Amino acid sequence: MQTLWFLSSRLVKGILVVLAIVVLDFFLIHFAPGDPAAVMAGESGATDEIFLQQLRVKFGLDQPLMTQLGLYLWGVVRLDLGYSYRQQMPVLDLVMDRLPATLILTGAAFVFSLVIGVAAGAWAAANKDRPLDRAITTISLIFYATPLFWMALMSVLVFSVWLDWLPGFGFEEVGNTDNVFERVLDVSRHLVLPAVTLGLFFTAVYVRMTRSSMIETARMDFVKTARAKGLTEGVILRRHVLRNAVLPVVTLAGLQAGQMVGGAVMTETVFAWPGIGRLMYEALLQRDYNLLLGVFLVSAAMVVVFNILTDWVYRLVDPRIEVAR
Amino acid sequence: MSEEAILSVENLAVELPAGADRLFAVEGVSFEIRPGETLAIVGESGSGKSMSANAVMGLLPPGTRVAQGIAKLDGVDLFHLDEAGMRAIRGRRIGMIFQEPMTALDPLMRVGEQIAEVFEAHGLLTPAERRARALALLTEVGIPEPERAIHAYPFQLSGGQRQRVMIAMALALDPVLLIADEPTTALDVTTQAQILKLIKELQRKHGTAVMFITHDFGVVADIADRVVVMRQGKVVETGTAAAVLGDPQHDYTKALIAAIPTGHPEVAPPATPRAREIVLEVAGLTKTYTTSGGFMRPARVVHAVKSVSFDLARGETLGVVGESGSGKSSLGRCLVRLIEPEAGSIKIEGAETMGQSIGQMRQWRRRMQMVFQDPYGSLNPRSRVGRIVAEGPIAAGVPVKTAIAKAADLLAMVGLDASAVDRFPHEFSGGQRQRIGIARALALDPRIIIADEAVSALDVSIQAQVLRLLADLKARLDLALIFITHDLRVAATICDKVAVMQRGEIVEMGPVGQVFGDPQHDYTRRLIAAIPGRSESGPLGRVRAAGA
Repeated sequence: MQTLWFLSSRLVKGILVVLAIVVLDFFLIHFAPGDPAAVMAGESGATDEIFLQQLRVKFGLDQPLMTQLGLYLWGVVRLDLGYSYRQQMPVLDLVMDRLPATLILTGAAFVFSLVIGVAAGAWAAANKDRPLDRAITTISLIFYATPLFWMALMSVLVFSVWLDWLPGFGFEEVGNTDNVFERVLDVSRHLVLPAVTLGLFFTAVYVRMTRSSMIETARMDFVKTARAKGLTEGVILRRHVLRNAVLPVVTLAGLQAGQMVGGAVMTETVFAWPGIGRLMYEALLQRDYNLLLGVFLVSAAMVVVFNILTDWVYRLVDPRIEVAR
Repeated sequence: MSEEAILSVENLAVELPAGADRLFAVEGVSFEIRPGETLAIVGESGSGKSMSANAVMGLLPPGTRVAQGIAKLDGVDLFHLDEAGMRAIRGRRIGMIFQEPMTALDPLMRVGEQIAEVFEAHGLLTPAERRARALALLTEVGIPEPERAIHAYPFQLSGGQRQRVMIAMALALDPVLLIADEPTTALDVTTQAQILKLIKELQRKHGTAVMFITHDFGVVADIADRVVVMRQGKVVETGTAAAVLGDPQHDYTKALIAAIPTGHPEVAPPATPRAREIVLEVAGLTKTYTTSGGFMRPARVVHAVKSVSFDLARGETLGVVGESGSGKSSLGRCLVRLIEPEAGSIKIEGAETMGQSIGQMRQWRRRMQMVFQDPYGSLNPRSRVGRIVAEGPIAAGVPVKTAIAKAADLLAMVGLDASAVDRFPHEFSGGQRQRIGIARALALDPRIIIADEAVSALDVSIQAQVLRLLADLKARLDLALIFITHDLRVAATICDKVAVMQRGEIVEMGPVGQVFGDPQHDYTRRLIAAIPGRSESGPLGRVRAAGA
């Protein structure tokens, strides 16, 4: 009951946040120089004012900004995100077509970074100030400091071009079989490089966070209580230290999940991954207003959903939250 | 008493990491505990009493190690056991409880599971049996509604209940020895009395030996059979409780016992009572907190301060006593308007201060200054002491040079060296920092000083010094003092009159002698009854009778 109430109240707030973001994005896009009519006219070689005007009327760009916003929002409420004149398809279809690929990529990167990050961080903390700890923190720092696109390019070069272990671009092989198992395997092979590249950057953050949080938690009184019971160090570390130390990591992960969608634009572009990140990049170059707004809306909604999930998970791992809300 | 000792520690030395203020935390310490006996290890902070206990338990902090000595438990030397051997002892042969019940339990784990863990650690019983034992233990230590409490998380229990859970855990496997490291120091006086009683009862029932570490001679008088007094890592005196308390041999023990606030006013009231010049008049002061409810849960209203009225004359000391949550600190904060009361009147020297603008408040704010509890947290660590003391006057427009010069005078007045001006807070001890806090409060020439638990964090001997300083300053500067404390003994020593607070209200107020000598309210009686070591027939009572 309480969980249901919590989720629904968060959902209402989340919807309001998304709408506010849509309005903000709408104005930002329209204040940027250039419009789709200019880009289209330019591509077709016509710079004629009348032709431009015709295009603007056709796309509704001649109407006052507030009217355009009102029409757009009315559409959003009816789950109609408009029409992409560039791609000649409804925006919602385009976005929904690309969304699964992005969810797979960010989801895989998220799980990878969290699992590896927490594990490596805990390992480093358990070996505090020993060579292993130094190695782990140094390596994670290197990944953190390396630009994402460079790491993406290098991983393609090494693992795809030189070693030929993994495919360097795309979502799956063209003309694949109908065999579900083979298809999953194929997508997985394609997924490794982009997911790991995207994940490694975030892994570094979790490593450092988990490490310092574990070291701090290990000094707490209840850890001494656990020792006084006669528990072994391993049990103390897993059951008492790690569980408490992971709380700030959960908070961080929730925030990072949103950032990951941003990171996906870069990764998807380098790896030709057919997700909404690349869709956004294309829409941006073409001043495809409706599509761009649609992508923004969906990614904002994703961030909101991630945040609700984080809060929910947090309530599961920390019993104190329910009361202190 | 001819029984074989359960634990005998001989010539223990614990080495501190290089760079510490001394080589050994504990040196040449020997003591023994017999079955069913309570040995109190008494000393001030830094005396090495906790370090000795941790050494026995094999739980020394990193960097320290046992350099020498033997600790024989059932004929086995604990210091020569390996980690696995030590683990088998911990929880099973020796149980331990700690000072801070708030932090000693894992916040994310249900209480029942934490107790069951003790059995699990030693590979005993099935999960169902462990649960049943946990329930039985919770019942035994007197937790209300044990069937519900077993599913509770620590944050859902009060401090006293958490300490009961700790005791349940420590005694789960019927150890021969219970080490209690200041187990009641963080508790209210009535809760402390209950916990001490519980420990005694369980000890009688199970025949457990108890090693009780404390700084409080009142507690010692209540619970100990024998006493070890420690100072700077060495044992200075050992003996039966009656002998040590009744006829202390070492100067340090004598000083410690003498430093215990006696519960009788030390400062004689002024010989010629002048006309009472009222400096502070408080009427109907009220502060209510409302926790915001949701759609489905009702808002909860907490009366932090509920129509409190009193007046305070120049040169007078009012003690505000009560347990945690009684609203005594909220009252102090309302008076200086660190929190805004919602109703009532505060008149300083006859002028109403409620409902004034911030600019107007500045005028009288300097008239009323506060000294806080935590001498470590209340001084800016990056400011020089002179600057800290002079900050108020500088903000009020006094030229920096003049203010700093005056700060030096003030520091001298509170008994610090003039060179203190250029040093940083971390270079001072707790007692010295509290003196700095007092100098800071004095810098604005206040008429009224509010001391909120100003000596609670200090060792008894330091406490006595700071109390003396406050009394002396009060007399010299003709200050009015509001002394907020949970410690009735301290209140009795320094105050002219006391107000007893419960749930935001003053339930009883009057001259110290009257309130403590002939308490009218039931709550006051309970508070007084709970003071450790109060019994006049006990060893401490006799000491007092002899000294009076």
